[in-house]
Order: sequence, then C-alpha cells, then structure tokens
Amino acid sequence: MHFLADADLRLDAGPIDYALLAVYFALVLGIGAMARRSVSSSLDFFLSGRSLPAWVTGLAFISANLGAVEIFGMTANGAQYGLPTMHYYWIGAIPAMVFLGLVMMPFYYGSKVRSVPEFLLRRFGKFAHLTNGISFALAQVLIAGVNLFALATVVNLLLGWPLWLSVVVAAVIVLAYTSLGGLSAAVYNEVMQFFVIVAMLLPLTFLGLKRVGGWQGLVDKVAGTTGSSAADQLSSWPGTNLTGIGNATLSVLGIVFGLGFVLSFGYWTTNFAEVQRAMSAKSMSAARRTPLIGAYPKTLIALIIIIPGMIAAVIVPELREMKAGAENGVTYNNAILLLIRDLLPNGMLGIAITGLLAAFMAGMAANVSSFNTVFTYDIWQAYIVKDKPDDYYLRVGRVATVAGCVVAIGTAFIASSFNNIMDYLQTLFGFFNAPLFATFILGMFWKRMTPLAGGLGLIFGTASAVTVDLLNRAEVLDLAGQGASFVAASVAFVVDIAVSVGVSLVTKPKPESELRGLVWSLTPRDQLRHDDTGENSGWYRKPVVLGAGVLALTVVLNIVFW
Amino acid sequence: MTEKVVAEKKAKAGLFDLRGILALLFGVYGVVLTVMGLVSTSQADLDKAAGVNINLWMGVFMLVVALAFLAWARLRPLAVPETTGETATGSTAGSTAATEGGRGN
Repeated sequence: MHFLADADLRLDAGPIDYALLAVYFALVLGIGAMARRSVSSSLDFFLSGRSLPAWVTGLAFISANLGAVEIFGMTANGAQYGLPTMHYYWIGAIPAMVFLGLVMMPFYYGSKVRSVPEFLLRRFGKFAHLTNGISFALAQVLIAGVNLFALATVVNLLLGWPLWLSVVVAAVIVLAYTSLGGLSAAVYNEVMQFFVIVAMLLPLTFLGLKRVGGWQGLVDKVAGTTGSSAADQLSSWPGTNLTGIGNATLSVLGIVFGLGFVLSFGYWTTNFAEVQRAMSAKSMSAARRTPLIGAYPKTLIALIIIIPGMIAAVIVPELREMKAGAENGVTYNNAILLLIRDLLPNGMLGIAITGLLAAFMAGMAANVSSFNTVFTYDIWQAYIVKDKPDDYYLRVGRVATVAGCVVAIGTAFIASSFNNIMDYLQTLFGFFNAPLFATFILGMFWKRMTPLAGGLGLIFGTASAVTVDLLNRAEVLDLAGQGASFVAASVAFVVDIAVSVGVSLVTKPKPESELRGLVWSLTPRDQLRHDDTGENSGWYRKPVVLGAGVLALTVVLNIVFW
Repeated sequence: MTEKVVAEKKAKAGLFDLRGILALLFGVYGVVLTVMGLVSTSQADLDKAAGVNINLWMGVFMLVVALAFLAWARLRPLAVPETTGETATGSTAGSTAATEGGRGN
C-alpha cells in the first residue's frame, strides 16, 4: 500500500488536534490502570469476571470487528464497488449475529467454557481442540498484524515517523492497556472507540452529502464518473462487480452462500475474538442479547461507512482520476483519509484522527486479548504446564500478551505486502473460519460425529481453502474481486463437511452421556432457557423480539437500496 | 476459592461505570469543539466543510451526548455493594447488587 510517501496525503493536524488525541490516550491508559485493580483472577483477566452489562458487550462485540477491516476496507470497497458493499453488513453480518444470539449462544454460555476451542475440547476431545487452538492463535496474530500495520500507516502519515517506528510504538500502547487491564480494559476501550468513530463518520457523511448535493447528487455524480458500470455501483444486487462473477445468478449465489452463509456465519459465530465479548456478559440473557444489540448499530453503521466511500470516489480529485484509470499512487484504501483531508477542519480533524487510531488499536487489542486467552487456557494449560494455581496462569496470560504484540509486529510486515487489506483478511477468514463453522454446525446438530472427524475435518477444510487460494494466485482459477475468498471459503466448508461425515461413519462416536449440553438433540430444552425475570424481564429484552426486529430492519434497508 | 470470594470479585469488577467515562470524554471534546467553532472558524474552514460550521455543530452535539450519558448514569446508577466482603451475608448481598447494577442497561 502506498498511503505514505505521497506528501499530498498528509493530514494537516494542528496543536488542538494533537491535544484531542492526547486526551483520548490519557483516558485509555487510565482505564487500563483502573481495570488492573479489579483484576485478581484469571477469569477477571480473560473474561472480565463475567460481569459486563449487555449494552457494553453488545457495542464491544461490533467494535472488536470495527478495526482496520471496516474503516479502510469498507470505505475502499464503497469507493471501488459502490452499494454492493452493503452486502458485507446486511447479508454478511446481521443474519449470522442473530443466529449466534438465538441458537448458538445458549451452548457457549450454558456450557461455561472459557473459549471457543474449549467447546471443541468438550465436544470432540484433544485432537480437534489442539488443531483449532493452534490455528486460531495463528490467525489472531496474523490479523493483529493487519490492524497494527493499518495503525502504523496512520501514525506514519500523521507524524511522519518511519513505518517500523510507528509499528513498534502502536504495539507498545496496545500492550500497555491490554496487559494491565485484560479484557475489561480492551472492552471498555472498544466501546469508547465505537462512539468516537461514529463522531468521525457522521460529519463525514453529512458534509460529503451536502457537498455533492444530497443523495440524488451522489447518484448523478456516480453515474457521471463511472459511465456504463454505474448501474452496478448504484444497486446492491446482483453485485457482479463485487464478486467478480459475471453471471448474475451465480453472483447472487456467491453472495448468499459464500459471503452470507459460509464466511459470515463462520466469522461471527465461531470467531473467538467476537464470541469472547458475549462470554464476558453477566448472565445467559445478557450473553444472548450481546450480538443482537450489536446488530442494530452494525446495520446502520454500514450507511455511514460505505456512503462516505462512494462520496470520496466522486469528490476527491486523486480518487476520481484513479477510478478513471490514471496511475497516481493513490489506492482505494486511501479513501477515508482523503475524505477527512478534504472535508474536516482542525478540531474535527483531531476527533477523526483519534477515531481512526482508536479503531485500529481496538481491533488489535481484540486479537491480542483473544490470542492470550486461547494460548493460556487451550495450549499452555491444556498441554504444556498443567495443574498450576490460578495466579500462575494469570501471569502466563500477561506474558502471552507481550508475546502476541511482538509477533504482531512481525506479521504487520506480512500485511504490508498486500495491496488490499480486505482481500488479505477475507482470505484469512476463508482459511480459518469457514472449516471451523462447518465442524461446529455439524457437531452441534449431529450427535454421531466422532472426535477424529472433528480434527480431520478442520485440517482438510483449511488445506482445501489454501489450495484454492494458491490455484487462484497461480492463475489456474480466474477470480477477480473478493470472489476468490468466497469460493475458497465455500470449498473449505463443503470439504470439511464431506470429510467429517465420511470419517464419522467409520469411527466410533462419543457416548451420548458425554454430549449433554453440547449437542442440540441431547440437551434438555430447559437447560437452554434463560432467566427472564428481574433485570432480564420486559418484552424488549427478549432475544427473539430483538432478533426479529433487526432482521426486519435489514430487509427494509435491502429494499430501499435494491 | 470459594463461591463467596468469587461473588465479591465480580462486584468489584463492575465498580467503575463506563457511562461516566464516556460523559467525561465527550464533555471535554464537546467544550473544545464548541469553543473552536465559536472563536476560530475561518472562511477556509467553512469552505472546506461545505459551508457548515462543523466544529460548532459537532461540539454542541457531543455536549448533548455527554449530558445524556450523565443522565443515564444518574437515573440508573450502578448499585455498588455497601458491605463488600465484610461479612458472609455482605458478600452475598454484594453479588446480588452487582447483578442488579446493570438494570436498564
């Protein structure tokens, strides 16, 4: 990526902007220090003592994902592809979040496991557990690298520090508050960051729309600058430009099955960096509401992320030239920074810079805090040093946090070699999350699935996604856009299911008595129910009502932006 | 570790209220932006922001947000247990209070 060298990209920050930034960091570190006082056991450190209210975990749930992916990637997608990008939210997130809250959360929270791999341990035993523990830890440090790299590029742009120094300084700040306060500090910062990022995106959207002459003005300008492909940019379906699949029917299928089902359900329901936020809620009811409460802002934030991206493509001169085919060193990844440069005066500029830095730090902190949990509980405690007192594992968690940050500095340089962060991330999700989701869903609903099938399914699923990616890179397959990662994820899902079913039929399943609470058909219905009295009472706190509400909202938005 | 000790820890973990921190953050930001919007908005700033005094608007908006968080925290306070861990009943009461603390959140 070339955000850097180009002097035109430098944001013109003044003393006031730096002061606003400093206020935020003072608060962040303060929270870390305050949270430290309330950390006295490993459960406090890794799951906030399971004490957080639902609105906090709900906002943290989406903020953990609102890092580099969203801010750079989705404005870039908005600038490049236009409205089809909405699918990443309305097809690619909301249904899965509702499914997590309504169907899967009772198993996670109810079984009192501390991590997603631990659920696999209970369901399938050690082989699947270790496989997933290692692949998850690996995925998290790779993704932390992406966030760290994006963060460093902003610091580099802003202060002109060299990239390596920006990477190291950014890593040290994340390290400071996550190793002090554990998950509580990470979660609190995520919620603060959510509000700051909204305070940045709202004025960008309104000022941008005002500049282009309202929604109709934007439509006219997009039509004027993109000519024959304007129709693709301005309607969300069938999204052929996004998937790179020419045939409209296949493109819709790719979006619905590849993105909407496999990638999205895989990501939102099994990615521990997300699920950990719900697990830290204070009751089963709050845990179920976590993804559902998060789904509402998630639905709406799409508008103030993607529309600014589209606006950037028509009002920022460099982007307009680039979209018309000129080679001027600007990429779509620069969309949000260019728009900030062109619209916000000092003052709001400081808020915007704070929002961006906070988002990337929160993204990285989410990866690091889930990495240290899985590393400590699922690798170190389970296989390397067993049966030590709790404070030993608390210390291991802190050391793992340091190690995670150090490794992320290395993986940040891997991320720097990719042109489009979003392509890289979707590729990683295809490798790690798609097979995991297949294993989960089969294991949760099919009691016959055996321990060996759990482990082998994961290995073959990941291997097949990697194969598709390599074939595409070697140009044996020809998929442009993000279609390649949709296909890789779909293949991984299908292969995982096929291998799991095949292996299950020839190996011996676990006895039914050990699967209670882990498999749908063997779990007594009342064990999945939660307390709906007291603070959990009221129709508006019913998970089904919340879930149905957000699905209805999504349908309406899909129709409006058809 | 006994159940009672765990309950006491949980009560402590919820002790500081995020809503207060959010009110502080947006209060400070709101004041700074409002003042900037009032005293130091140049014509160049206005031209940049499509003719809108965006600092003033967002400043006032953030002050409203800060007040809203304060009001929420005031109306539905976190119930801090008075007698954390002093006696056996104290810590049990503490855990109940902590669970109820988030009422309305």
